[in-house]
Amino acid sequence: MAIKDSQAKGLLNCTMNWIDARFPLTSNIKNHLTEYYAPKNFNFWYFFGSLAMLVLVLQIVTGIFLTMHYKPDAEMAFASVEYIMRDVFGGNIIRYMHSTGASMFFIVVYLHMFRGVIYGSYRNPRELIWLFGVAIFLCLMGEAFFGYLLPWGQMSYWGAQVIVNLFSAIPFIGPDLSEWLRGDYLISDATLNRFFAFHVIALPLVLLGLVVVHLIALHEVGSNNPDGVEIKAKKDKKTGIPLDGIPFHPYYTVKDLVGVAVFLIVFAAIIFFAPEMGGYFLEDNNFVPANPMVTPAHIAPVWYFTPYYSILRAVPPILNSQFPGVAAMGLSVVAFAFLPWLDKSPVKSIRYRGKLYKRWLAAFVVSFLVLGYLGTVPSNVWGQFGSWLGGADRATVVARIFTVIYFLFFILMPWYTAKDKTKPVPERVTY
Amino acid sequence: MSDSQIDKSSALSFHQPSEVDLEKRQFLITATACTGAVGVAAVAVPFVGSMLPSERAKAAGAPVEVDISKIEPGTFMTAEWRGKPVWIISRTPEQTAELAKHNDQLSDPNCDVVSQQPAYCKNSHRSIKENISVVVGICTHLGCSPTAKLQAGGDMGSNWTGGFFCPCHGSKFDLAGRVFKGSPAPTNLVVPPHQYLSDATLLIGVDAKAEA
Repeated sequence: MAIKDSQAKGLLNCTMNWIDARFPLTSNIKNHLTEYYAPKNFNFWYFFGSLAMLVLVLQIVTGIFLTMHYKPDAEMAFASVEYIMRDVFGGNIIRYMHSTGASMFFIVVYLHMFRGVIYGSYRNPRELIWLFGVAIFLCLMGEAFFGYLLPWGQMSYWGAQVIVNLFSAIPFIGPDLSEWLRGDYLISDATLNRFFAFHVIALPLVLLGLVVVHLIALHEVGSNNPDGVEIKAKKDKKTGIPLDGIPFHPYYTVKDLVGVAVFLIVFAAIIFFAPEMGGYFLEDNNFVPANPMVTPAHIAPVWYFTPYYSILRAVPPILNSQFPGVAAMGLSVVAFAFLPWLDKSPVKSIRYRGKLYKRWLAAFVVSFLVLGYLGTVPSNVWGQFGSWLGGADRATVVARIFTVIYFLFFILMPWYTAKDKTKPVPERVTY
Repeated sequence: MSDSQIDKSSALSFHQPSEVDLEKRQFLITATACTGAVGVAAVAVPFVGSMLPSERAKAAGAPVEVDISKIEPGTFMTAEWRGKPVWIISRTPEQTAELAKHNDQLSDPNCDVVSQQPAYCKNSHRSIKENISVVVGICTHLGCSPTAKLQAGGDMGSNWTGGFFCPCHGSKFDLAGRVFKGSPAPTNLVVPPHQYLSDATLLIGVDAKAEA
């Protein structure tokens, strides 16, 4: 036995040497796993980066299998999805994994972004990681939008109609631009066909590339942590390893596996018991084939777009142009990219920030959630104010107030982060 | 090691540093880059152009004939023209009279935005016949098709005088397709070119005088 073991080891070494002379396999494993030193005080919030990668893989794999049966043709698309659901072996599970995966992707990514916000992970020297992350988020929104047209249901159709028409609000080039995007004068077979191309090949390629540069940038500067202190500032004098760092593998691979297990329990429960999630993950109207003649009575985007949709709806037209609303919606998404330069606080982590910042952050979170809720319901949901407010819809007025708070969080950030009374930051991480 | 040193020195013997014409090199680099850029731009034309509406898409869009004899006053019907819903709204005399009463609540009561209706519909009822309006049922905000709320009052509030409500972003239109103030929609609904072939037959897509 012993001889066999050593022989096997010898063979493995031999193979690794052969590969390493031709491809940096060992050094990559070291740089990114076994000798990538991550702060030892990671907490719950640090699950969501690896979970996002897991969902990405799930989406790609389920997506590949869906394309084996799906037909990107306006005449056949709706029926081919029903065919997948009813006649393809395992088709319903694969389709529900993909549709649930889309929502889970946004849940995980929103939590991942929130982690970055509360611990100041976007601050120097991690601005580029953050910018790549914002690009990933935009790309993901595109993926979700293009993908939602493919089942060719009523919500697919009218959602695409609204979003593509957003571009027609751009001054001068708008109408031509939206026509070019649609490839027709209305959402049609041509649009479906190209959205399929964007969804299954163009954006996934971009997304994968962005994930790679996101990780390369992360592993270059090292991970932030809940204390927002740089672990590279205090290194072991002999080894040069950060005193508060532990190798990503095995310590965090094991930790992340626990996160994966819990996540998959939740994921499986949704797929098996509530794949439509009461109309939030898959909207009821999308089980009706697309009909260009009739807009469904209650049209709303899927939940992950609703905060921005609320902002779009809240801004009234100015000078007979709907562009301000469209611009506000675009800005509400892109605003995250400016965080590294808006935050003037001497500390990174929320642990050492003062009350002023925490109040603004709380106001922002509440705005995001309220706008998110309002985006899922019609604007007359709470009825109208009396004539003293011109009979305005109550929900619209509330959405306007929270839209203002949403933007003030960003606009006033240089002021309140600088003015905030911060606490002293420890030399080393705490746990 | 020694090999590369020999290479270097031999290369130097062919080209003394002073012989390198840096200006010429820069010119060649710029010229090559420009030629390349022109090539890329030229190749981009078919790719970008391939996304424009195809000849087939352009060809689909003939005028449609609609029998309007069966519309009761106070109701409407929907016809399809160029893939879009076109509403033919038949107003009761009271509804037509109401049109003149709420001008102060409208963004463009006198139809001053020229692109939204043919000249022959720039009047108080935005139509050829006083009691029948023909409008494209696509919200001028972001292209949803508004829902008919023809009756006054109801879930639209007591001020509502009948019209259309866009479910997407809450734009409100009256029974002539004119937009109410405070709606996200910037302009009135579009009145397509149309003409009456007879009392019962409407042709959508062509003006009476001009060919569309």
